[in-house]
Amino acid sequence: MTEHDEIFERVAEQIEPFNKKGVDLTDATTFAGDLEWDSLTVMDFVAAVEDEFDILITMNMQADIETIGQLVATIAKLKKPS
Amino acid sequence: MTDAIDTPEDVSLADLPSPHGPHDLLSKFKPLINEREALLATGVRDPFSIVMTDVKSPTLAVIQGKDTILLGTYNYMGMTFDPDVVAAGKKALDEFGAGTTGSRVLNGTYQGHRECEDALREFYGMKSAIVFSTGYQANLGVISTLAGKGDYIILDADSHASIYDGCWLGNAEIVRFRHNSVDDLDKRLGRLPKEAGKLVVLEGVYSMFGDVAPLPEMVAVAKKHGAMILCDEAHGMGFFGANGRGVYEEMGVEADIDFVVGTFSKSVGTVGGFCVSNHPDFEVLRLVCRPYIFTASLPPSVVATAATSIRKLMHAGDKRAHLWKNSRRLHQGLRDLGYSIATETAQSAIIAVMLPDQERAVSLWQALLEGGVYVNLARPPATPAGTYLLRCSLCADHSDEQVGQILDIFAAAGRAVGCIA
Repeated sequence: MTEHDEIFERVAEQIEPFNKKGVDLTDATTFAGDLEWDSLTVMDFVAAVEDEFDILITMNMQADIETIGQLVATIAKLKKPS
Repeated sequence: MTDAIDTPEDVSLADLPSPHGPHDLLSKFKPLINEREALLATGVRDPFSIVMTDVKSPTLAVIQGKDTILLGTYNYMGMTFDPDVVAAGKKALDEFGAGTTGSRVLNGTYQGHRECEDALREFYGMKSAIVFSTGYQANLGVISTLAGKGDYIILDADSHASIYDGCWLGNAEIVRFRHNSVDDLDKRLGRLPKEAGKLVVLEGVYSMFGDVAPLPEMVAVAKKHGAMILCDEAHGMGFFGANGRGVYEEMGVEADIDFVVGTFSKSVGTVGGFCVSNHPDFEVLRLVCRPYIFTASLPPSVVATAATSIRKLMHAGDKRAHLWKNSRRLHQGLRDLGYSIATETAQSAIIAVMLPDQERAVSLWQALLEGGVYVNLARPPATPAGTYLLRCSLCADHSDEQVGQILDIFAAAGRAVGCIA
C-alpha cells in the first residue's frame, strides 16, 4: 500500500461519522460541494484528523484544501516519518 | 463608429436571469434572500428590522406604539440614562462640538480621549489603555497587530466575529480549539513549534450561550506552552469581579492575562472599544495598529460619557448584586416553565433559550413581542449550525416587578405557540 493509499484510508475512516449521505469517496470528492459540510462539521472533522495524525492543520491551510486528495497530500507533508 | 455595445435584436432584456446581467455580484446571496422571504410570507414580523420610536429608560421602549420591556440589549448596568453620564456628554458636546473629524494620531485626540484612557487605566489597574472607535475595531486592531507572520493565534471555535476578523486581517497562522475545552487547547498548543510566538485568545463570557470560560485552567495551559493571553471581557465588564473588571478578575487570574479587550457598547452604555495592558511596550500599538490609525476617533461627547460611566462602574457593587439576582431568578423561572436553557445555571447576564428550529424560534419571538417583551433572535451563522435561540440579556435596572412580568409573558407566549406545555 502506498503512503497515499494508507493516509486516504485513515482519512476515509475519519470522514465516515460525518458522511451522512454515504457519498463515495475519491481524491476528487469535495468537502463543501459533495459532502455538503458546513463550517462546524469541518471544524469537528479537522480536529479529528489532527488527532489521528498528531498534526496541526491551521485555518490558513484549510482555506486551500477543497478535496480529499488535497487533504491527503497536506497530511503527507505534515506527518512525521513513522 | 460608436462607443455603444451592439445588442443582438433577438435578445429580449426580459429573458435575462438578472437585471444586472449574468455576473450579478449579489446573486450568491439569493438562497438567503429566498429563505427570508419565505419566512416573512408566513406572516411573522421581521426580527431584524425592529425600530424603537421612543426609549423611555434602559429597560423600556416603545415599539410599534406599544410599551415594551427590553430584554435584548447589552445595557447590563443600565448606564445609558445615568444623569451624570448624560450630563457629561452634553457638556462635551457644547464645549468640543459634534466630532473630531480626524484620526487619533493626527487631529483626533482631544482632552476627553486622554481622560477616557485614564479612567480605563484606573478601572483596570493597568499601566496602559488604548481607546478604539468600536469594540470590533479593538479586536481587529490588537489581534492583527500583535500576531504577525510566523506567529500563531490559538482561538476558541466559538469566538466572536471580531476575533476571527482580527485573525484574517493579520498574517499569523490560525488554530482553533473546541469551545471551552482545556484539553483541546493543551493538545493544539503542544503541536506548535516551541520557538514560535503564540497568542491565545479567550473570552470571559461567550455571547451566544452566556457561558463563562474556565479561565484558570486555560491560563495555566497557555502559560505552560509559553503563549501570551488576550482576554475579551465585552460581556463581563461591569458585572464580574470585585471591581467589575470581568470574569478574569472574578476567577483570580489577573496577574497572568497580558491583554484585556473590551467595549463601551455594553455595560459602559455608549460606543467604542479598548485594550488595556501592563506590557511596557504596549503604547507602540498607537503607531502600528491600522484600525486605530486609519479611522476617525470617537466624538467628544462619546468619550465623555464613557469616562464618566467607567468611573461610576467602579463603585457599582449594589447594581452588580441586583443584576445577579435578576439573572438567577429569570434562569430558574424559565426552567421551571419548561424552557431549555443553554447553561445549567445562570452564569452571566445572558440567558439563552434554546429552540429546535427557526420557525418556532421566530414564532415565540413574535409572541413575546406582542406580549410586551423584546428579546434577540439568534441564528446561524451567529450561532453554531442548526442552533436557534432567543437571547435574553438582563439589566441591573430591571425591577423585581419587571422580571415577574417577563416570566408571565414567557409563560403565556410559550403556551400560545406550543413551545412549552
